[in-house]
Amino acid sequence: MGKLEFDIAHLFSGGLVLVSLLLLYQDRMFSLLRFFAGHAVVLSLAVALQADLQAKPALYITALIALAFKGIIIPLALYRIVVRLDLHRELETVVGVGPTMLAGIGLIGLSMIVILPLTAAADPLAREDLAFALSVLLLGLLMMITRRNAVSQVIGFMSIENGLILAATGAKGMPLVVEISVAFSILIAFIVIGVFLFRIRERFDTVDISALHSARGEQP
Amino acid sequence: MNWFSAHATVFVLAIPAFGAALLAVLPGYRATARLNVMFTGLTLLSALTLVFGRPETGDFLLVDDLNIVFVILNAFVGFTTSVFSASYIAHELDTGRLTPPYLRFYHAMYQVLMFGMNLSLLANNIGLMWVAIELATLTTVMMVGIYRTHEALEAAWKYFILGSVGIALALFGTIIVYVAAQPVVGPGLDSMAWTNLILHGAKFDPALLNLAFVFLLLGYGTKVGLAPLHAWLPDAHAEGPTPISAVLSGLLLNVALHAVLRFKMLMATNAGVLAPGPMMITMGLVSLIFAAFMLYKRRDIKRMFAYSSIEHMGIITFAFGMGGALANFAGLLHMTMHSLTKSAIFFAVGHIAQVKGTQRIAEIRGLTVTHPLLGWALVLGVVAIAGLPPLGIFMSEFLIVSSTFARDPLLAIPLVFGLLVAFGALFLRLNGIVFGEPAGSTAKAEASYLPMIAHLALVLMAGIYLPGPLVAWFQNVAKLLG
Repeated sequence: MGKLEFDIAHLFSGGLVLVSLLLLYQDRMFSLLRFFAGHAVVLSLAVALQADLQAKPALYITALIALAFKGIIIPLALYRIVVRLDLHRELETVVGVGPTMLAGIGLIGLSMIVILPLTAAADPLAREDLAFALSVLLLGLLMMITRRNAVSQVIGFMSIENGLILAATGAKGMPLVVEISVAFSILIAFIVIGVFLFRIRERFDTVDISALHSARGEQP
Repeated sequence: MNWFSAHATVFVLAIPAFGAALLAVLPGYRATARLNVMFTGLTLLSALTLVFGRPETGDFLLVDDLNIVFVILNAFVGFTTSVFSASYIAHELDTGRLTPPYLRFYHAMYQVLMFGMNLSLLANNIGLMWVAIELATLTTVMMVGIYRTHEALEAAWKYFILGSVGIALALFGTIIVYVAAQPVVGPGLDSMAWTNLILHGAKFDPALLNLAFVFLLLGYGTKVGLAPLHAWLPDAHAEGPTPISAVLSGLLLNVALHAVLRFKMLMATNAGVLAPGPMMITMGLVSLIFAAFMLYKRRDIKRMFAYSSIEHMGIITFAFGMGGALANFAGLLHMTMHSLTKSAIFFAVGHIAQVKGTQRIAEIRGLTVTHPLLGWALVLGVVAIAGLPPLGIFMSEFLIVSSTFARDPLLAIPLVFGLLVAFGALFLRLNGIVFGEPAGSTAKAEASYLPMIAHLALVLMAGIYLPGPLVAWFQNVAKLLG
């Protein structure tokens, strides 16, 4: 692998982390959806490059799924749900933007410190992908924690899945079985979520999760 | 018989898969409830043939001493729960909590769940195992939300979010295991097969294995219900249909535990790694003590027994974390006994909640007067789950405590403390439920008591006498676990 290819791969994986950070501070529903589409597009570029570098044409399918399904179809579907159901278009955050971003940067630093020294012996691209993937995963978790809104939690979850696909394609020769199943499970996950969003809508005027907490028997 | 044994894995997987497809299209709930029982019964029969011989290990499926125990337990509790479910569901239909289309969905999902759990137990591929556990998780998420009340939806959503976080962490760990295996075994499917991983484990990079195990323990630990990621478990148990609570507690937690144990076996092959034991011991003890204290404040009967499940999964994880032939043996026995007892308790609780029309502990009183059989069955179940002699759990808890005292007396102190705290809480609540002035409906329960009685009888028998071949089998597995 030449220096140039390595740098481009680096650029795409790093770009994914960057978009994850951008996702963290969106306070409008539609801009969140747009940035998530961007997240999926960057992922598909990274996967397509891996397909070329590893000479594994099967990976192009994974890239295509990421682009078509998560880059276009899901953001459009969520957009329609938001418009149809007339959901809140402003996103409430539990923690302010400043502390969230600082925590996000801290998490990225943490994943570099954890992964890079441990994987010194592994393939350089694979280890960087692992480190970046862990950052994306942790940022996605942070997003799910700091947002109360169901749609943002769904987006946070899907950004985690994107990070996992980055890690899986970075690991050389990881069998396709797993990649397709990953994509497939996202599909199922989305159906489940869709069903839930609709069901929740039937009963409540909001998909804000905190509104559901009052229904708990055990808590005050 | 030999031919059946050699193809048992195919049957164990194909019967639920076919059942799910058939039940999804068939109308009429009475027939589908019976068919559901029939399919789980057939699955149990094919699982039992594994005792007499086993299929060859393939690229995707594997049968060894360890997972036979899990598969048979899974098929057995799956079968008895389907019998219980048939009578339970009829009542739900009468009271209008469920409608026929939902029941069709429910039965199809029940078979998908059995398929997912069996696939995960039999998988010879860490990726396939992960997919199967995700399938089982998604299925149960949908079943927990089936009543569509506020509480049920919130419980299902919480379960979904925490479950997917756990599943995501586990997949990351799985990928790291592959990265560790790939330079030694070579790229492709071979690097994900258990048989190859165990064979070549000694040559993997220890640092990568350590990292992977942390993610796998946290990820699958979420599904086992270990603190600090246990929050989904009480809600999911309390709000879903009771047969699903029984299957969740009795089986799905075990399936996730099986995954953790497999990875622990992989860690044991490599000399350079951190010992996985202390991590499991810590998580186990924290879960045990936390859940024991939480038991005191419960007002919902199903939620209370859900916390008791967290407590027992803590004890089991602790036992496997201690390791060694005796503690592993005790852990396996405890897992089996807990599955049988806890599902029996949930069968009883399901009928109780149906006749009383409530799950609130304060509104259920004097059960031994109004419903003697149900009341005394619950007493027996709680006596068993609290670990009193002569029932099966007493024996396994005694073995765990005594082996801990022998090897590390300091660790035994928090263990015994947690057990006693839980013991007190269970009897405090039980006293109000079964004795005292009767309250609530005295209507006769229309239920099939057979599954409940069968489970409790097995637990009682195991406490008095364990058959020799079974002991030998468990000892063999305990040695495998290292």
